[in-house]
Amino acid sequence: MSELDLIAPRADEAAEPAALDQAHRSLWSDVRRQFLRHPGALVGMIVLAAIVLIVLAGPYLWTVSPDRINPRIANRGMSLDHPLGTDNLGRDLFAQVMAGGRVSLAVGISAMLIAVTLGTTIGVLAGFFRRLDGILMRMTELFLALPILPLLLVIILLFRDVLRDLFGPSAGIFLLIVFVIGITSWMQTARVVRAEVLGVKERDFVLAARSIGARPYKIIFRHILPNVLSPIMVSGTLGVASAIIIESALSFLGLGFPPDFPTWGRLLYDGANYMTLNPSRVIWPGLAISLTVLSVNFIGDGLRDALDPRLRS
Amino acid sequence: MLRYTLRRLLLAIPTLLVISFVIFALLDLAPNDPTANLPTTIPPEVREQIRLSLGLGEPFLIRYLKWLYQFFVNEPLNLLQSAFGIEIGDASERLRLRSWTTRSPIVDLIVERAPQTLTVVGLGYLTGILIALPIGIISAYRKYSWFDQIGTLVSMIGFSVPTFFTGLLLIIIFSVNLNWLPSIYDTSLRVTDWGSFTAQLKQMAMPVAVLGLYNAAQISRFMRASMLENFGQDYVRTARAKGMSEHVVIFVHVLRNSLIPVVTVIALGVPQVFGGAIITEQIFRINGLGELLISGIQSADIPLVQTLTFIFAVLIVTFNLIADILYGILDPRIRYE
Amino acid sequence: MMKWHGAIGAAAAAVLTISPAAAQRGADGEVKILYWQAPSILNPYLSSGVKDVEASSVVLEPLASYDEKGDMVARLAVEVPTLANGGMAADLKSITWKLKPGITWSDGTPLTAEDVVFTAEYCMAPGGGCSKLSAFTDVEKVEAADPLTVKISFKSAKPFPYGPFVGGESAILQKAQFKDCLGAKAAQCTKENFAPIGTGPFKVAEFRANDSIRYVANDKYRDPAKPAFASIYMKGGGDPASAARAVLETGEFDYAWNTQVEPEILERMAKAGKGEVITAFGNYLERMHLNFTNSRPEAGDKRSVYGDGSNPHPVLKDPAMRRALALAIDRQLLVDTGYGASGRVTCNIVPAPEVYTSTAVDWCKTPDIEKANKILDEAGWKKGSDGIRVKDGVRASLLYQTSTNSVRQATQALIKQMWGDIGVATELRNIAGSVFFGADPSSPDTSQKFFADIEMFAWTYVGTDPETNLGGSTCKEIPEPKTNWLGTNFSRYCNPAYDKLAAELAQTADLAARAALVKKMNDMLVEDGVMIPLIYRGRISAISNKLAGHRHNAWDVELWNVADWTRKK
Repeated sequence: MSELDLIAPRADEAAEPAALDQAHRSLWSDVRRQFLRHPGALVGMIVLAAIVLIVLAGPYLWTVSPDRINPRIANRGMSLDHPLGTDNLGRDLFAQVMAGGRVSLAVGISAMLIAVTLGTTIGVLAGFFRRLDGILMRMTELFLALPILPLLLVIILLFRDVLRDLFGPSAGIFLLIVFVIGITSWMQTARVVRAEVLGVKERDFVLAARSIGARPYKIIFRHILPNVLSPIMVSGTLGVASAIIIESALSFLGLGFPPDFPTWGRLLYDGANYMTLNPSRVIWPGLAISLTVLSVNFIGDGLRDALDPRLRS
Repeated sequence: MLRYTLRRLLLAIPTLLVISFVIFALLDLAPNDPTANLPTTIPPEVREQIRLSLGLGEPFLIRYLKWLYQFFVNEPLNLLQSAFGIEIGDASERLRLRSWTTRSPIVDLIVERAPQTLTVVGLGYLTGILIALPIGIISAYRKYSWFDQIGTLVSMIGFSVPTFFTGLLLIIIFSVNLNWLPSIYDTSLRVTDWGSFTAQLKQMAMPVAVLGLYNAAQISRFMRASMLENFGQDYVRTARAKGMSEHVVIFVHVLRNSLIPVVTVIALGVPQVFGGAIITEQIFRINGLGELLISGIQSADIPLVQTLTFIFAVLIVTFNLIADILYGILDPRIRYE
Repeated sequence: MMKWHGAIGAAAAAVLTISPAAAQRGADGEVKILYWQAPSILNPYLSSGVKDVEASSVVLEPLASYDEKGDMVARLAVEVPTLANGGMAADLKSITWKLKPGITWSDGTPLTAEDVVFTAEYCMAPGGGCSKLSAFTDVEKVEAADPLTVKISFKSAKPFPYGPFVGGESAILQKAQFKDCLGAKAAQCTKENFAPIGTGPFKVAEFRANDSIRYVANDKYRDPAKPAFASIYMKGGGDPASAARAVLETGEFDYAWNTQVEPEILERMAKAGKGEVITAFGNYLERMHLNFTNSRPEAGDKRSVYGDGSNPHPVLKDPAMRRALALAIDRQLLVDTGYGASGRVTCNIVPAPEVYTSTAVDWCKTPDIEKANKILDEAGWKKGSDGIRVKDGVRASLLYQTSTNSVRQATQALIKQMWGDIGVATELRNIAGSVFFGADPSSPDTSQKFFADIEMFAWTYVGTDPETNLGGSTCKEIPEPKTNWLGTNFSRYCNPAYDKLAAELAQTADLAARAALVKKMNDMLVEDGVMIPLIYRGRISAISNKLAGHRHNAWDVELWNVADWTRKK
């Protein structure tokens, strides 16, 4: 069956290591070729790479400090001195969008990875092993029911000072926020993955694998996971967007990063009331979030297609 | 199936007890304080008196047990009494669950707020689903067509732009510049005639649009992905080979098999309709259950937040069960014993 | 939209035409008021915030109010008792109020001295959690001499005896309605708390907690020509910016309370020409507290604990540092960016009224980075390689906390930069208001626990007399673990000389002598760097062009003269 060669067999199970090596290479080059042939994925990749490059390298070229205040040039529109304008304290928006991008991208991607890994693991385990289903799904229900704001207040209360001492004020709060967003957004993924697994595991090829005595982890990695990849990809791409937005909601409630720490979500939130006064304050951070989310989405689509053996030409 | 449902229902009782305890402990640990919004003219000694009058001097476990008793015994008795008019025990001595900020029974607050949340948030959710399903289906069927590309673009933008921004943008366009729609929701408006009906429609238009866009974005992505997954399956090829019409293939075979993840996402969203849309309710001042919850959290109104989140938990458990039962109907191969 | 507003107004007016006395009353239809914090209860004694007191003041009235100049004016009383008119005893230990004859409650029964006595009893009942309790702490007894005379006796001499029954927070409740709601039962009287019977110009028609209130004119109100409006629709919820927008840009509402947003946003909204932004100044002060005790985590159990005074702050113990921090702040810039017309530069802890304001500390009004740097150089604070000053191995780095609020965060950012210019590093922290202003002794983030080096918030006090305000900085007010962190001496400042002045003030009745003492104490707090006063803040609200008769008041509730409001034709 075509699903079998999706994930390369492990060395100890392979009859001939040399043959495996070749299969391995051809599989991944196949995926890469497939991925690069996907126009959306290619564009998404280029856009995301450009955003990452600007955000990482930009501050070395555009050396204006993001938190240098100069009220005499407050609320300016776009100009040569300030390509994206300035905010109400005269801070340079271009520098702020770049500085904010570093944080937002890091938060969005790492929180999404935590949530998707956690959600997929729990979903697969619950769907596949009937004995674990009850306890894992009850736990999911508990997490779904927890009110997020008090939870955050408690987590911050318990861990802020410890993390601040260990990693310094900004790295400490970063870890805290990524952790909080990650552990409060895996439940949907878990439920969706479990639902898919419940269906997939009753399909003929899984039953066949079982009947020949394949071990559970092998069935999961070879047969189950490849077939539930679609919802995982969707969860992942949506997860980046929601992590960036949750972070802005946290900043707004005083639970996020310190006030002198720009992020895209926060820039957008702070700028919302200035929408009519200085549109640049909402256009640029908003565009940055949307472009990132769109490109991540297209990359997700491309990956899914590339990994789907049935679509391979 | 019936045995499974019964077992799950029985299992729900300890689950909910654990959830209620965890929530209570969480709220108790949280550092926000019911006297925080008082003006600075109130000295700390008086604040301490107020905290004691709210029962905060009692040990944690006693307060939890009191809440349990009030929620599971006193409130149901009260409901029975008001529904059937029978007197059970001494109603005036029965302590009801009261909010700390309004000092009024929490159940009354919920009853007062549920209508606007259910109409606005519920309609927003329904609109979202009704938009999302066709978009998801067409996008998957005509993959990478212009329809799909635009659908993807709109839904990803809808999902990546936060509701606080879309809401404000709509207000600035339709309330400030065009002066067509009210920016503030009037909860006391009663629909009695054509005039009040159009007024109600007008005040619902913007919040429903904001919520619809947001929900549609999410659900349509799951719908599309799931349809795509199924289009590649062997049974579709078989069905087509057998000469079935495209309609039958799409709506009978593919759609039915693609609904499982979508049903999960929709079922997870229904309790959130009850929970209200916190930001949207705040922007348009709908003051429904979401606003009640957030204002309760901000003023550290523990009994109110505890009761609301617990009802929320009950709904989550219920709708997860409904989703599980639906899986069995959609895909007969899924069996529960 | 206009159609159904009109319809509601017309319906309400129709109800009111039944009252024959109304020649003018109710002629102006409905007035719509927006409070972005929604009122949760209409009993001011059980309020959980200013908004509840504001909403109740339309119905309930005190014996006297403060007018927009900060002067007391009689409401239910004939006049304000003073030493001159004999209402106040010569030993300052009692005061006698006379009620206006002929005032009735909205249910038609007469207002008597018994109601006033009951109100005191209601607030002082144990277990009730009355928020105005502090006004009654020195009250020995309240008694009715005759149906229209109330005598309040105090335990000690009270030069300023206007705590009880003055101002919207201390309104009179009807005994007949609340008699079964004493003590622990107070919370169970939902019907009473949601619709108190009052003597004011309006009565409650519908109360939706935390959402909206509809009031209709009180047909028993003492002035037959008032109120001009037949009804009030008060809506709550949202945020200050959208509240201002509803009055200034969309014109949906007539009045929006507390629209504190960045000045340029309000300016832009006001250009729509539908209304204006109004400001009134009371005694609202944005100020900074400097922690005199060691607030660093390494202090362990003694973190921010004064104890016997042997736990000084490593950086802020140096008076030169405190002086330099105050000198480096450009207050005018803070006003311009965050407050506009609703803020003024000040150097006083007591910013108003004029009799009490000092001019001796005006040095802080002009920022002087150069001088601040010189002071620090001379005190031995040397700049390190990163530009941050160090003295005796202690780095001049400060943790600066405040509540979450966009204007405050901008102020924080500005001050961080100003202090950077004198070689002081600042770490900023903002904490949700519900935590920061709370009194939960288990939370590390309250303003009282002050586990930071600097904190900033706004402070106000009832009425014009600053005695309690200044008394808050005496040694006994220091928050400590053994007092459950209660107390208002946030800075943990303990100076016997200051305490002596405070004791003297409590015994002085003569206004000129009081003023001299107040100024002396004010100067002491500023010179010692206990607090850094930043901005004298006004109450800012938005009002429609179509509303007349409103007198903007920062000394009492904003709706204090709602009976006089009319619709501009």
